[in-house]
Amino acid sequence: MKNTVTFILSVVVPLIIITVVLRDASEENTKLAELRKEQSIPHIPGVDHSKHEVLQRDFDNPHEITATCLSCHTERGEELLHSFHFTWEREEFIEGRGVTYLGKKNLLNNFCTGIFSNESTCNRCHAGFGWDDMDFDFTNPYNIDCLVCHDNTGTYEKLKGGAGYPTPGQDFRTIVQNVGQPKKENCGYCHFHGGGGNNVKHGDLEMALLTASREVDVHMGVDGANMECVDCHTAENHVMKGRYYGVSSTNERRATCEQCHTANPHIDDMLNSHVAKIACQTCHIPEYAKVNATKMYWDWSTAGRLDDGKIFELYDGEGNAIYQSIKGDFEWKTNVEPEYFWFNGTADHFLISDKVDTTAAYLEINTLFGDASDRDSRIIPVKVHRGRQPYDPVHLSILQAKLWDREPGKGALWLDLDWERALIEGMKYLDRPYSGKWNFVNTEMYLPVNHMVSPASQALQCQDCHTRENSRMQLVEGSYIPGNTKYAAVDNMGVMLIILSFIGVFIHAVIRYFSVKKLKQS
Amino acid sequence: MAKTEKVYIYKSYERFWHWTQAFLIFFLALTGFEVHGSFSFFGFESAVDLHNKAAWAFIILTIFTIFWHFTTGEWRQYLPTTENLRAQAEYYIFGIFRNAPHPTRKTTLSKLNPLQRLVYLSLKILVFPVMIASGLAYMFYRYPSEGEIVELGISSLERVALAHTIGAYILIAFVVVHLYLITTGHTVTSNLKAMITGWEELEKDEKEDDKKKNDEPEKEIS
Repeated sequence: MKNTVTFILSVVVPLIIITVVLRDASEENTKLAELRKEQSIPHIPGVDHSKHEVLQRDFDNPHEITATCLSCHTERGEELLHSFHFTWEREEFIEGRGVTYLGKKNLLNNFCTGIFSNESTCNRCHAGFGWDDMDFDFTNPYNIDCLVCHDNTGTYEKLKGGAGYPTPGQDFRTIVQNVGQPKKENCGYCHFHGGGGNNVKHGDLEMALLTASREVDVHMGVDGANMECVDCHTAENHVMKGRYYGVSSTNERRATCEQCHTANPHIDDMLNSHVAKIACQTCHIPEYAKVNATKMYWDWSTAGRLDDGKIFELYDGEGNAIYQSIKGDFEWKTNVEPEYFWFNGTADHFLISDKVDTTAAYLEINTLFGDASDRDSRIIPVKVHRGRQPYDPVHLSILQAKLWDREPGKGALWLDLDWERALIEGMKYLDRPYSGKWNFVNTEMYLPVNHMVSPASQALQCQDCHTRENSRMQLVEGSYIPGNTKYAAVDNMGVMLIILSFIGVFIHAVIRYFSVKKLKQS
Repeated sequence: MAKTEKVYIYKSYERFWHWTQAFLIFFLALTGFEVHGSFSFFGFESAVDLHNKAAWAFIILTIFTIFWHFTTGEWRQYLPTTENLRAQAEYYIFGIFRNAPHPTRKTTLSKLNPLQRLVYLSLKILVFPVMIASGLAYMFYRYPSEGEIVELGISSLERVALAHTIGAYILIAFVVVHLYLITTGHTVTSNLKAMITGWEELEKDEKEDDKKKNDEPEKEIS
């Protein structure tokens, strides 16, 4: 009997041990509660601009408004003249290129391809007045547009095709008396509309964020923390935190999750250990473009078609243009699963002076550096925007077309629909060689996804990556992901070993059975 | 049929250790191969959690058992010997089919035959250490500590995971053969009964002269 008891104990005891260790007391995430409390404290401005005497008047010259701002904020003009929002160019170091001066001012992109010769329309989003050609004065502080960022009435408008000037006839008296810290509406005025329309470019930055629920964006959701952009993109002397790697190149002054949430934000240390190799965004932004669609593909090569001699547009069921005579074919998507890449915070860009490699499957408009063996790299979610752009097959350079003008007949593609003339005008403006021949090259642009963070309950679960089938990580190379990475040789040899053991045992058992039977008979 | 007698072979701790270890190895294999991606049973998250907890139970059991081996002197059971090694191998290949007697006499003092000695010793000094070391590396190659991620300087999980996986396959193959070989005692179930009750039915040695000793089960070796 004693032995039976021992046996039961030997089986039951380990079970008890395991059950006891399994009991996990659930903990409250106090860090998160503290952050919520912090964010709920409202910002109380130290000044009421409606009481300033210099602002008790009407304005019709925008430069005069800026001069009035600077009459009190005497040093801010100098700050702005060196800020990226005004210079659209930044000194950066790029591996393989050295020190460069790059920004929206001179970089290519995968949407309207670049601002050259189109400044009047593109630069509507410049924090300045009057940048309509290469002669713009970047040293004159009165060329700064304070209101686009600081108007708190939500009414300030910049003129379409107005090179950054405001629409005339606005109630500037009310606007200047209601300036303050930038709100979502201010940043969104430009950043929600990149690429020529709402959510076209980023996919995670769009008008819906002004009214969205916390399911769409846990930080900015009106029923969530209802945070402003500048709560994370903090600024010191108009130098802001935050990098968009369509124009940035170095790993500095980034706005990070860690600046609030720390590098160990989870209660579960198993999740915390992921932080070393997986960016927060990877699990916490399971999809982007959660409300309105974002543009995933832009094929310029089909632009210029006419229907019955007239320009035309085709729309999908949601009202997104899928073809425009002036722009070509588009593909749109909502609730998009990001693609995943290793990224160490540094990037390169395809410059107008770079040579197109026609043997490559596609040209990278920007390149995100990083790989599994790089200790500074983490896996991030990326919106990959694919497209086709014109290039010069003789000089092997990307071409810039003149897209826009105030009136037809001056070679603007969007008005005259003449590729040949538009390319000649565009390249003439740039003063770069052009053979007169053009073709189209496949392009990809990589836009890291950082916004539209979901509530924790909707974050990716283990099995979204740690699975053999349809893992989110299936295209990410160079790392061993338990449950996903398969070494067929090891598995095959292992299974073979087990099968051989069974076969050996089976053969031995059969021989033993029959020989013993035979022995008994004899 | 040869005469048999009942001999006390496995002490209670030994049996506790054996069955706990058997259960843990089964459970670790079940959860481990789910983590490996071979099938889905508990769900990945639970499988990892259960595997890690069972691993700690295994490590604790191993520490106690090492202590037991040294304090009782039982470690000597695993000293390899060439004596009868060939005879034992021949027994499994030929003798067993002719109902020949077991070439090695099982006693409390020497409960393992030369082949068992070799196999169990290599489990103890090779397979288990590799599994425990690679398992710990798997758990700790990156771990959070005071707001920082501390690394063990292992650049990739790959080698660690491969060693752990290969070890797991070897252990399963061992279990398959082991489960069969326990049927090769005096009767098909006598080995199993021995590991449950401690008492094993053994073929009686005709030239028996140490019967007395076998009847004193609790006598320690050292």
